[in-house]
Amino acid sequence: MMGLQSFIAERKKDKDLLVMAHVVCGYPSFEDNLKELEIMAEAGVDIVELQFPFSEPSADGPLFVRANEQSLKSGTTVDQCFELMAEVSERFSFKVLMMGYYNTAFKMGEDVFVQRLKAAGGVGFILPDLPIEEAGDLHKLAADAGIEPVILMTPTSSDKRLAQLGAASRGMVYAVARKGVTGSKTNMGDDVIALIERCREHTDVPIGVGFGVSSKQDMDFLRGHADMAIIGTAALKIWEQSGAEGLRAFFKEMMA
Amino acid sequence: MDIFDFSDGREGYYGEYGGVFLPEILHATIEELLECFRECKADPKFWQEYVTLLQNYSGRPTPLTHLENLSRELGGAQIYAKRDDLNHTGSHKVNNVMGQGLITQRLGKKRVIAETGAGQHGFATATMAAKFGFDCKIYMGAVDVARQRPNVFWMENLGAEVIAVEDGQKTLKDAVNECMRDWVTNMADTHYILGTACGPHPFPEMVSWFQSIIGLEAREQIIKQAGRLPDRVFACVGGGSNAMGLFQGFIDEPNIELVGCEAGGEGVGSYMHSARLAYDDASVGVAQGYKTYFLQNDEGNMNETHSVAAGLDYIGVNPIFSHLHDTGRVRFEAATDAEVKETLKLTMRTEGLIPALESTHGFVVALKEAAKMRKDEIVLVNMSGRGDKDIFTIADALDDAKWKSFISGKADQYRAEKK
Repeated sequence: MMGLQSFIAERKKDKDLLVMAHVVCGYPSFEDNLKELEIMAEAGVDIVELQFPFSEPSADGPLFVRANEQSLKSGTTVDQCFELMAEVSERFSFKVLMMGYYNTAFKMGEDVFVQRLKAAGGVGFILPDLPIEEAGDLHKLAADAGIEPVILMTPTSSDKRLAQLGAASRGMVYAVARKGVTGSKTNMGDDVIALIERCREHTDVPIGVGFGVSSKQDMDFLRGHADMAIIGTAALKIWEQSGAEGLRAFFKEMMA
Repeated sequence: MDIFDFSDGREGYYGEYGGVFLPEILHATIEELLECFRECKADPKFWQEYVTLLQNYSGRPTPLTHLENLSRELGGAQIYAKRDDLNHTGSHKVNNVMGQGLITQRLGKKRVIAETGAGQHGFATATMAAKFGFDCKIYMGAVDVARQRPNVFWMENLGAEVIAVEDGQKTLKDAVNECMRDWVTNMADTHYILGTACGPHPFPEMVSWFQSIIGLEAREQIIKQAGRLPDRVFACVGGGSNAMGLFQGFIDEPNIELVGCEAGGEGVGSYMHSARLAYDDASVGVAQGYKTYFLQNDEGNMNETHSVAAGLDYIGVNPIFSHLHDTGRVRFEAATDAEVKETLKLTMRTEGLIPALESTHGFVVALKEAAKMRKDEIVLVNMSGRGDKDIFTIADALDDAKWKSFISGKADQYRAEKK
């Protein structure tokens, strides 16, 4: 199975800006997830994060908070999330990452988490509340299984910190375009370019930029700077407002 | 025993509990806080400034009261209460808040945020912010806003903005999440005044350090008044800051038993409680920035918690207590809602004391055990907050008919004025 980094390199041959998209498992429903993912696959999305819902999503903004809450309320389980992952990684050509909070992995056991992720066809994971200091064991287990942890680099990270993060980075780096939680607008400007450049000084893996990527202008802005644009809240917002048709048009425009 | 000596283990860890589990964007902020706290802790002048501030603003040292009537009536051990209820704003919360106010000044920040459950910590933070001239935003679960209007009233009148949090269970844990979201956005000018000894390092250590003033005073006072140290020490445990504060005065005495009293709500097996260590329903997990025992399901999602006392109604417990529970240094018991109501009536009538519902949990267990102890034994209980300002909650808890008719009369009057 091709790992995250080589997959990105492969896709980058034909495209200058890859796209990562996001769904919250079980929200609005697993059927809706499949419809969304189908549209994403058709549009040529390269990577999808499947968010496993958590009761305390403290790094997420209002829309994803509600999505996490509603999904859990409707009874979503970890088993179902892995089932969805297995189904979509089998069916679609994009690669799949687990996104969620560390407690989900901690409670099932880090080794079980890695094995289940691998068995479901996932190629990596994003756990925003797990700093590298606490991630030693998990990262080792992941490396042994050929699963790659996605490290986050941020505008508040010092050069010293970026060097530490860079040393731990595998697969790809998630550059957080601004302070705050998911889902608010980011002014794509010199700050974001400076951040990407600082990240590049400290890592050789591809860089995806997320937090606030919501328009065609954002995509055009990132092209030539980032390897990948990460689209989260904007797509869910469209799905809620205008369903499948809207989402199809949205990705078509974003990826034109 | 110095529980805060990390030279043999990992910084910020108590046994396997504690740590820092925060989004990367806060790394620099928490490092900055840790560095500032280390400087303050190493600086005797800082502690002196802190003590002087509390003496002049909050009435410290708070007294120690021998509850002679209650001791006589129960016929067992001599019961003493540490009176942190006599602090300005009515509870021990002000200790931590004033300390962190000084930290905020040192950090050069101008804005503070805080979570609150019962409203006590929010009230104390709003008071501190008014005194220090900080902008202040308080996050409070919408359910708590509805049941604690008097504290909301005071916070707002003290100049704080109170945000009712509509996510999750709409209680304390959700207010903590909302503070985290504010902090990841505004960390440049904002300090998060965490209200208890929970959350990421250095908060458990820092809050415990400020609250240690309770134990320092109580130790001196009980030696002076009773002629010796107590046999058992009791305190209620929500997050655990008042208990950590009191226990630190006695933790190095192996013969003194330390007893943490959690919220048993509707009792064992009800799943309507907040007893993380006294009951067997909690398990180790990672949430809200730290690793500890949480009331959670097998997949790591948090369960609903309950207590008659909003200030104890919380999913986690401070990581130091999880460790001291494992080592057996602190014993944990629970008091049910029903026991709390009965004990509150008893302390009011026999001693003229109105402990907060939270603090009454400590009294329940202390009185139960004191009754079975010898007359020459001594127990000490932390009266960490006062209940008189919680009149709505207590009247509700006691189901007071005259109070209800007064309130409905008031409601009629307001309605008529509106027309």
